[in-house]
Parts: sequence; C-alpha cells; structure tokens
Amino acid sequence: MADPKAKVVILGAGHAGGSAAAFLRQYGHEGPIVLIGDEPIAPYQRPPLSKAWLKGEADASSLALKDDAWYAENDCDLRLGVTAVSINRATKTVLLSPNGAVTYDYLIIATGARARKLPIPGADLGGVMELRTAADAEALKGALGPGKRLAIIGGGYIGLEAAASARALGAWALIIEREPRILARVACEELSTFFQDYHQAKGVNFELSAGVKALEGENGQVRRVRLNDDRVIDCDAVLVGVGALPNEELARDAGLDCANGIVVDLQARTADPSVFAIGDVTHRPLPLYERQFRLESVPNALEQAKQVASAITGHAPPNPEAPWFWSDQYDLKLQIAGIPFDADSRVIRGDRAAAKFAIFHLKGDQVQAVEAVNAPPEFMMGKMLILNRKPVSRERLADSSISMKEVAA
Amino acid sequence: MAKITYIEHDGTEHTVDVKTGLSVMEGAIKNNIPGIDADCGGACACATCHVYVDEAWASKTGEKSAMEESMLDFAENVEPSSRLSCQIKVTDDLEGLTVRMPESQH
Repeated sequence: MADPKAKVVILGAGHAGGSAAAFLRQYGHEGPIVLIGDEPIAPYQRPPLSKAWLKGEADASSLALKDDAWYAENDCDLRLGVTAVSINRATKTVLLSPNGAVTYDYLIIATGARARKLPIPGADLGGVMELRTAADAEALKGALGPGKRLAIIGGGYIGLEAAASARALGAWALIIEREPRILARVACEELSTFFQDYHQAKGVNFELSAGVKALEGENGQVRRVRLNDDRVIDCDAVLVGVGALPNEELARDAGLDCANGIVVDLQARTADPSVFAIGDVTHRPLPLYERQFRLESVPNALEQAKQVASAITGHAPPNPEAPWFWSDQYDLKLQIAGIPFDADSRVIRGDRAAAKFAIFHLKGDQVQAVEAVNAPPEFMMGKMLILNRKPVSRERLADSSISMKEVAA
Repeated sequence: MAKITYIEHDGTEHTVDVKTGLSVMEGAIKNNIPGIDADCGGACACATCHVYVDEAWASKTGEKSAMEESMLDFAENVEPSSRLSCQIKVTDDLEGLTVRMPESQH
C-alpha cells in the first residue's frame, strides 16, 4: 500500500509531528508533507523546558529538533501559528484557522496534550502558569530567581523538576499535593518517599493531602495561595502541574474512536485507513501488557512517529520497545522502564542512602517495570528483561554483589 | 564549525557542518542522518546515539563520564571505541571527525 507520492498532512508540530516528518523523509517518502502547528516556532524538545533550559543550561537553538532551514531543504511545508478546526474524512480535507483548508492522502494527528486546568477562583490571575510550551517556560523562568517564591500545585514530575530548577536559581519553592504523597499516580511509595526527602534536603517545602481553595491576587497578579483549611501562603508565582488531557476533540468530532486518547493500532492507524495518530494524544496498544494505554513521553512519540512513517512508506516497522521515561532533578537521574501493571511484588536493589538504587516491580518472576535512580545498569538490563519476559530470581535481583548482567543471564 | 562524517552501518556516508557547541548527536539529528536515534535528546539516559570513534580522535573527543561508561556497558555491539555521541561536544578541533554507527541502536 506504500505510495511514495502521497500527500501527508501532519496536525501538530511537536516532538511527534516533527519527528514523523523527519522519518518520512528519512525512509524515502517523496510526496508533499504539510506540517501544521499552532505554536509560533518549529518543532522542539519539551523535556528540557523544566530541566536544563529552565536553569539556563540550554538555549532555543539546542531545543530545536531541526534547524529552520531543514524544512525548506526537505520540502516540508511547515505552517506555524495555524490551528486545525475540523477534519472532513469524506473529502479528506482539514479546515484551518485563521483561514484556508488543506487536503490529504494521509492524515497524521499529533495534537498532543494540554495542561489540566484548576477549577478554582483566581486560576486566571497573572503569574499563574503551566508548563507545556517554550512560551510557558519563558514565563516561568522570568518568575524565578533569588528571593522569589514559587508555589507549585501538583507533586508530579513537572512540579518536582520545576522545584529543583527553582532551587538551583535561588528561589523558594513549595509543592502542594492533594494526595498523601508526591508522585502518587506514577511511582511507588518508596520512590515517593525518597524524592520527597531529597527535595526537602534541598530546601523544597511540602504541603501534602492539601487542596487549594483559591488563588488570591493584587492588581490582577497572584500573591497568595489559600488552602482548603484556610491557611494562606504568600507567593510571587504559581505553577499548576496537575496532569494533562489529550487534544482529541478534532478526531472525536470527525467520528474517530477516542477513549482517553485517539484509539490506534500498532501502525498508529485509526479505524480510518487514511488517518493516523501519534504521541501524547493516542490511546495505543501495549502488547507487552496486553492492553491499550495513553503514554506521555518522548520515546513513545518517537516510536509512533516511526510506526506511521513505516506504514506510509513500506519501510520495516520499528522493533517493539518497552515504554520508558526519565527525569533529572539535582544530581539525580531517574530512569523508568515499563509500567507496573498487575505487579504483585517489589524488589529493592542498591543503596537508597547513597542515592543509587532501583526498584523492580514483578509479576510472579517477570519484571514488569523498573524505577532506577542513578542506576543505569539496573535500568538498561531491567528494560531488556521487561521486553524479553525472562524469569528472574528475586533473591539474586536484590543482591547488588551479583552484577545485573549475571542476574539477567 | 566542524565538518563531521557520519558513516551508517551499511557504509553510507554523510558529511555535514556542525556548529561548535552542539553535540555530535545533535549534528546528526539536525541533519536527519539515519542511524542515531537519540530518544532522550541528549540527557545520557538511553544509549540510542551510540557511535564508534576512531582511535586517532580519542584524545580530542574527551573522556567518558562514569554515567556514559555505565550506559554504554549495556548497549549492543559495544567496542573499546564506543561513545555516546550526545556526550561529545563539537569544537573546532573536531574538524574532519569521522564516526561510524552500530548495526542498531535498540
């Protein structure tokens, strides 16, 4: 079915959309590629926004996926500041805003996810921020510095990374989390405890099991966070990091199946053979875990960008991968492989006090996931064990005097 | 600026100019050179930008950090000349550098 001359339209110029365009060309696609993004800048990497970039260790050109000249040189029609309004699958046309329309032979929806909003009074005050885009990061950076007070609502990865960066820049930081522990939805209890202790030692403050009643300001600018118990905390800025929602409305309105994300197969294809979806916006198969799931990660965006480019060009499909994630905070490198679905036990390997350890999540004698802190061998071999489903001995896994290579042998 | 030649596993050569200050990995990604995946964007977290650097260039490309060493230890097809290209910063001294790619990054 590969058609090297087909016209491909990509909605969304993020990591997934930009990479799909690049892989299409890399795999020899000759037809027109139209890449449509609502942000004013060409595709860039988002992960550094809360880490190296926020601390001033990366600049805009190092964030860019490709140099600006790449798009013209590779006949990729990059249209920035443009939003898709609707998809007509019968006529294979996408209506655009501010104006115009574009037709396609293949459509790739890569519209990503947006920050969940807090439904509380004051959420629209100046200085209340989210962190998804370069513009968001620019605003946050402007609010940080010695003596500034940053209140972070949500103890997930974005909140923790922003807190670490805020501390590096000399700002006071507070994390307010509704659950009794940070990282409650994405990490196990031991890891939550470790990260909270580490952040506390670096001067980050925590309010756990705490809801926010309102944000209060002066002259349109946020100045205080009011907690549910009516305690009031002064601040200069608020970062809201309480999760993301898939931008699936375009697909849903076009009659495509959505279930917390656009439902796709392992070629990243929807039920319409001409329409694909990739990245944070998809609800995708995870064959390792025999289920569909929505992932928010760069490796997922890249894997699906390869899947769709392979499907369109007839290139060999990418090798199956275990989902994986990473986070940098202070001198901690957290690497996570797999997802602990149906895990029934945990094995801790290494030394938590030395900030060098890994937590393995097992289902029977198979590794479902590993959370590794400054422990690349555990991460790399853990990822391999997740993929090859090889049984391991819990006793050997827990014994760091036996190398990971031997444990996995 | 340095001229760097990237050689794919099948022998295909790509010679491009890479700006000083970028990494050897970024030079490949920005020029859409196949064979270097760089899933983590240069955070030394994934070992998917593995290359072989000729012995002659070893002193100019610098020492491997403990983290890089540790990540490489678990990559496929590792040789003594293996490096993670995200950890090699491009300087004028690297004019003419040639790196070769392994069969696969995953």
